[in-house]
Amino acid sequence: MSAGPPQNRGLTAIDGAMVLIVVLLIVQIWLLSATLESYLAGHPEAAAPGAIISGLLFLACLGLYFFVDRIDSEVRKG
Amino acid sequence: MKLLRRRSSAPLWQDEFPVFTADERYVSRRQFTKFLTLTSFAMLAGNLWILARSWFRRAPVYPRRAVATLDEIAVGGVKIFAYPGAEDSCILVRTGQASYAAYSQKCTHLSCAVYYSRGQNRLECPCHQGFFSIADGAVLQGPPQRPLPRVRLEQRDGSLVAVGMEGEGA
Repeated sequence: MSAGPPQNRGLTAIDGAMVLIVVLLIVQIWLLSATLESYLAGHPEAAAPGAIISGLLFLACLGLYFFVDRIDSEVRKG
Repeated sequence: MKLLRRRSSAPLWQDEFPVFTADERYVSRRQFTKFLTLTSFAMLAGNLWILARSWFRRAPVYPRRAVATLDEIAVGGVKIFAYPGAEDSCILVRTGQASYAAYSQKCTHLSCAVYYSRGQNRLECPCHQGFFSIADGAVLQGPPQRPLPRVRLEQRDGSLVAVGMEGEGA
């Protein structure tokens, strides 16, 4: 089974990373709404874990962005 | 934004405002990924804002205020009153001979005024059919995610006195 030309492999990696970012973003949106609901219900103790997890998710997104950036540059260079 | 800008020989203005019309509508994967990452940062900023609000939140001070006399309303009857502010509408329900319950009248979904359904013995929001328990204000059905804030009541000298709120956020 052939892996295909480098450009196609690069695109597959980029598409995979983008899908992963979208999934992480959906989780982060849910986390924000859940934390806000909890805070408005008079439970501010959920704010700190929510912010920490959201920060980790952002770092993961940032890492994936740099991954996409690097792969894209490599593929364009050929 | 230099950190998130791709390494390109073209100046920034040419990236943002391309020379060719066809390029204006073209969004590269890298640009889209950058947009998603910035959205992720916006979500983090939202969470940090909630955290800052919770850290610098002052404990609310509630006034003591007589809201009704004990025999003012019949069993199953209702009285609307304002607490703690003049604009904060609340609903008082006499649920038994000697039992009363009072809640904020603002639905926790989209702030419609809830009313007491005597037949169902629950508080109902007419806007989106959100139902709340009369016992503790918990959500029974519908789109609301949070229970109704409860008004703490004390009986004193034949009167019902509101002394605070429970389950109320910022």
